[in-house]
Amino acid sequence: MDLKDKLVSSFMAFENTVDIDAPVHDVRSEAIKTFEDEGFPSKRDEAWKYTSLNSVLKHDYSVFPKQENAIEYSDVKKYFIHDIDTYKIVFIDGKYSSHLSQTTHDGIDVCLMSAALSKPKYRLIIENYFNKAATKDGLSSLNTAFSQEGAYIHIPKNKLVEKPIQIIHFSTGNESALMLQPRNLIVVDENSHVQIIERHQSLTENPVLTNSVTEIFTNKRAIVDYYKIQNDKQSASLIDNTFIKQKRESHASVHTFSFGGQLTRNNLNFYQNGERIDSTLKGVTIIGDKQHVDHNTLVHHIEPNCESHQDYKGIFGDKSTGVFNGKVVVDKIAQKTNAFQANNNILLSDKASINTKPQLEIFADDVKCSHGCTIGQLDDSAMFYMRSRGIPEKEAKALLMFAFSNNVLDSVKIPEIKQRITKLIANKLGVSIGFDL
Amino acid sequence: MLKIKNLHASVEDKAILRGIDLEVKPGEVHAIMGPNGSGKSTLASVVAGKEEYEVDKGEISLDGEDIEELSAEERAHKGVFMSFQYPVEIPGVSVTNFMKTAINETRKAKGLDDMPANEMLKMIREKSELLEIDRKFLSRSLNEGFSGGEKKRNEIFQMAMLEPKLAILDETDSGLDIDALRIVANGVNKLKSKDNAVIVITHYQRLLDYIVPDYVHVLYDGRIVKSGTKELAHELEEKGYDWIKEEVNA
Repeated sequence: MDLKDKLVSSFMAFENTVDIDAPVHDVRSEAIKTFEDEGFPSKRDEAWKYTSLNSVLKHDYSVFPKQENAIEYSDVKKYFIHDIDTYKIVFIDGKYSSHLSQTTHDGIDVCLMSAALSKPKYRLIIENYFNKAATKDGLSSLNTAFSQEGAYIHIPKNKLVEKPIQIIHFSTGNESALMLQPRNLIVVDENSHVQIIERHQSLTENPVLTNSVTEIFTNKRAIVDYYKIQNDKQSASLIDNTFIKQKRESHASVHTFSFGGQLTRNNLNFYQNGERIDSTLKGVTIIGDKQHVDHNTLVHHIEPNCESHQDYKGIFGDKSTGVFNGKVVVDKIAQKTNAFQANNNILLSDKASINTKPQLEIFADDVKCSHGCTIGQLDDSAMFYMRSRGIPEKEAKALLMFAFSNNVLDSVKIPEIKQRITKLIANKLGVSIGFDL
Repeated sequence: MLKIKNLHASVEDKAILRGIDLEVKPGEVHAIMGPNGSGKSTLASVVAGKEEYEVDKGEISLDGEDIEELSAEERAHKGVFMSFQYPVEIPGVSVTNFMKTAINETRKAKGLDDMPANEMLKMIREKSELLEIDRKFLSRSLNEGFSGGEKKRNEIFQMAMLEPKLAILDETDSGLDIDALRIVANGVNKLKSKDNAVIVITHYQRLLDYIVPDYVHVLYDGRIVKSGTKELAHELEEKGYDWIKEEVNA
């Protein structure tokens, strides 16, 4: 049985585990029908021209993990940002792990989607926001159909949440192959500020496919800074579907650091529903081997006087492949829009490749929109210059690549994340020197 | 210190150096002059270890050790320094961090620990004063947006920081006004000692008024065709290179 049939037929089993009288279940039932119609995307879909899911869909994934698994904090501490105090919502094989988590209901809600979907006190938020930003494509619908667990974060108005929130998904490999459908909902009310870090980490070499949906709502003047750390094992693949709906004067930023995993697809969508909104989309991709990372972004400028800033850097070695498809839509009434997009890439090997495609659809006439993409190699003359000063080849390469990706790190506001990313980059580049450029 | 014997080198199968012999002893200053395209910059790059250049024949040794098989960084660790004619812009890497990395990598290669931060700062302060370099300049990206003069001063600043045994200055005078030339030359002279040596590659005699050579060599068509003392430089300044070419071709 292929994976699509398996998923569709397991929906009934799933229904036995959830409250089918809850209003959200109508949404799920609708979604499984959509998935049944749409299925998984194929290379015939324009948006999937350069990314084939065939190699990751072939495994016989278990859709519901059979048992609850425990892991010791000491074994996975390194995957946390642990040098600062944070809230943590941690899942093991898709199930909530209370002993690794630190949630709160003290003025803000940092807790579980399963709780939010079932308890009356969250009903209003769920009604107003759940599945209100996600699109009805096959993959998002699949996630919606099986939506049950994930992070639920609600920050009421005028709250500056000092502690960052970490959302971490571990997979233990107790199943020979595992598919996960995490579902996150983040609602940030007026004038509030929150910082979130998301990570998916497989602990063994058994295949894992994560099809994640995150909906984020930033209300008036809210600020959300979101960091995605993608440094998973070679056997793990991630399809990340993130939808951000912004209201006026809000600021939202998403930094995506893609350093590992077999196949990573980031569908990142911003919708600007109000004036003077600022959206930032940045990413550093450093991969090798046969890894594949695809950034598929959309910024929809719906109202006037808003800005968007996109800056993606990619470094591709060995036989790795990259895709950047950045779509910017500026509606007719969205005058005075400033939309910037840059995608710069370095290919370290003849067999590595990147497909980069800006897609601008501009219907307003008084806007500033720019885009630029470059593909190059490491500059030989710069290499010789550095080496002639005594910096060995590997370190010189690393320093150049680090400098190349550095301006993406500039806008990372949590110093510990910056340090962590710096270390990951140094690691990835195989050098031990600590850069502080 | 540096011994070059019958050195032949080529780039992309094009022979550029066709048998160079040169010996530089500690404490000496050698000038290498010659018309455009004679192979001056190639000689500098080959000694510094640029990989695009193929050594076809001959030997290069430093303190009795063959270095032609060594990488550029290994030669740097042994005390070879080249001041670039066209220093490369490296966005995102500040002058200070570049120097820190270069010095500590060199120390690492010698089995030493990193230079303590306060010692590094003191050294940076002293050497930047020597080259009359503004401190603010040091936090800028390496060579990015630097004027021609700033780039060359920065090269000599790096030389001052790295304290090489053998410094090769490749057309360091090009693009310098007279004040910058004086500052750069003054820096080089202060760094000179009986234990190190300098090779000055230049097209013009002007720089040699400030950095006075012990020997002057004329490079033409990949060979040293004439050697002499500083008077030879004056003669070249006066008469140009045509008489050398005629002498060689005769």
